[in-house]
Amino acid sequence: MKTFQYKVTDEVGIHARPAGLLVKEAKGFDSKVTISCNGKSADATKLMAIMSLGVKCGNEVTVTVEGDNEEEVAAQMEKFFQENL
Amino acid sequence: METYSGKSIFQGIAIGRILFYEKQQAEVKRHTIEDVKAEMERYEKAKETAIAQLRKLYEKACKEVGEVNAAVFEVHEMMLEDEDYNDSIRNMIEQQQVNAEYAVAMTGDNFSNMFAEMEDEYFSARAADIKDISDRVVSVLCGNGGDINDLEEPIILVAEDLAPSETVQMDKEKLLAFVTEQGSTNSHTAILARTMNIPALIGVKIQKEWNGKMAVVDGFTGILYVEPTPAVLDEMQGKQKRLLEERELLLELKGKEDITKDGRKIKLYANIGNVSDVAGVLKNDAAGIGLFRSEFLYLEKDHFPTEEEQFFAYKTVAERMAGKKVIIRTLDIGADKQVDYFHLEKEENPAMGYRAIRICLSQTDIFKTQLRALLRAAKYGNIAIMYPMIISVAEVKKIKEIVAEVKAELEQEGVPYGEVEQGIMIETPAAAVMSDELAKEVDFFSIGTNDLTQYTLAIDRQNAKLDSFYDAHHPAILRLIQTVIDNGHAHNCWVGICGELGADTTLTETFIKMGIDELSVSPGFVLPIRKIIRQTESGK
Repeated sequence: MKTFQYKVTDEVGIHARPAGLLVKEAKGFDSKVTISCNGKSADATKLMAIMSLGVKCGNEVTVTVEGDNEEEVAAQMEKFFQENL
Repeated sequence: METYSGKSIFQGIAIGRILFYEKQQAEVKRHTIEDVKAEMERYEKAKETAIAQLRKLYEKACKEVGEVNAAVFEVHEMMLEDEDYNDSIRNMIEQQQVNAEYAVAMTGDNFSNMFAEMEDEYFSARAADIKDISDRVVSVLCGNGGDINDLEEPIILVAEDLAPSETVQMDKEKLLAFVTEQGSTNSHTAILARTMNIPALIGVKIQKEWNGKMAVVDGFTGILYVEPTPAVLDEMQGKQKRLLEERELLLELKGKEDITKDGRKIKLYANIGNVSDVAGVLKNDAAGIGLFRSEFLYLEKDHFPTEEEQFFAYKTVAERMAGKKVIIRTLDIGADKQVDYFHLEKEENPAMGYRAIRICLSQTDIFKTQLRALLRAAKYGNIAIMYPMIISVAEVKKIKEIVAEVKAELEQEGVPYGEVEQGIMIETPAAAVMSDELAKEVDFFSIGTNDLTQYTLAIDRQNAKLDSFYDAHHPAILRLIQTVIDNGHAHNCWVGICGELGADTTLTETFIKMGIDELSVSPGFVLPIRKIIRQTESGK
């Protein structure tokens, strides 16, 4: 299991469009990616679940990756967050 | 091939695919299903259709408004594919054995409530997106062929009935014909078909299964052919071609004067219901606009149109008509034209109820906004104002007082405005009978034959059952028209007809001999009427 923290800087938070992109990205991996924030967690392949976390600008999210190539996936996820959120 | 017959509203031939339009049901009903597997497939298929619709919308929006603004459709597609959302629907179908519509509606409600409860404004607003995608799937499940406001290819629209509020936003370029089960020859669908010059049939027993099928509407015989044989298709294409050739011949009349053989000039104007209809007016070479129904401004909005919105619409029409007369009728809402935000009470007898000028004289703020816009727009062209549903001289005097107030206000504010001719619709028997007195107050009369006939004959024009009793040529109507013409002329007030009767080619000669000054007809009738005018001796 590999985890990293990320502080969301997008003005609206994890809103529909980046959440959609995130789902697309996460669906491409073999590893299971979980996003946690404000005491709730959501599978990164589930759009509505991610949006229902209600992640706002300034919130810190914890991203957990579990799977065979978790190192690599975690690195890619981190890059995704930096670029999109 | 199957054939069905109905009553024809407008002669013409249409060949194309059918789009079956059904009003969205307010409430989705729950019922138990037997075959879970089949219901599951129904859902999957509907979801695929909904996704296909969203992809098309996305592509269209990308081209028209750019990728960023189109993203909403992409998000909707992803929401529809969301695992939790789909699991919830599938579980409900499987475990509770409910119909797919119900499962989708319930799941949609649950998910949208979850979002609605979120504190952040952005996230709580997403409840609407979920409602939207669920409605889309339910709509597909209910057998709706598609969105009539977003048509891809030209279609023959089949529906139980169509309300003015539903037809107002339709992309009219894509409509080949109407086929409805309800409606009468004088209903709004009928008037719309005539304005657009497209064949329309009413009283046809319609079927949902027709959706997507090829069909031919023959507006001459009143027959609808569903999945026509090659022979019928061939015959109809021939008929359509001959019709086009006839219309071509009429085009030779463009640019010619509307003058009788013995030299009397007739004002031949056109009726319009929208700014975009001006194109048809110019194409058909009408000398002006005899009736611009301003209702569209109110029907296509969800709030009272502002003075600026109205001013822009009136100014645009006046400018495009470049100095030709544009007669704008003040709002004629009520009766069969309902707008939610007016909050009109339900009436037992709306045709005789709170409508048109009665609303304007009671809620003068609405009226004044429209008058300000009209007077300001009059600076940019030859605008005349016409008031509907008048029954007394007192009403006209009251209107003139309000117009004077509005002018004084504009003057005080230093806002420029133009002078206008003012006239009234003669559409109540009271106005026709009192036309001698009314003529002293106004510049012109325009006879609205549809309402005048319905009130004089006491026949509800929305009731198809009464079509056999409805005699458009009833001598009582013709006598009233003669009275109005004579009274108008006695007081220097010109008289026209803007109702459907004005376009009745069998009466054109009669009207001219009666002394009519103006005929205002749907744009497509301008040239056929011009042809008759030019062959007629007025005898005056």
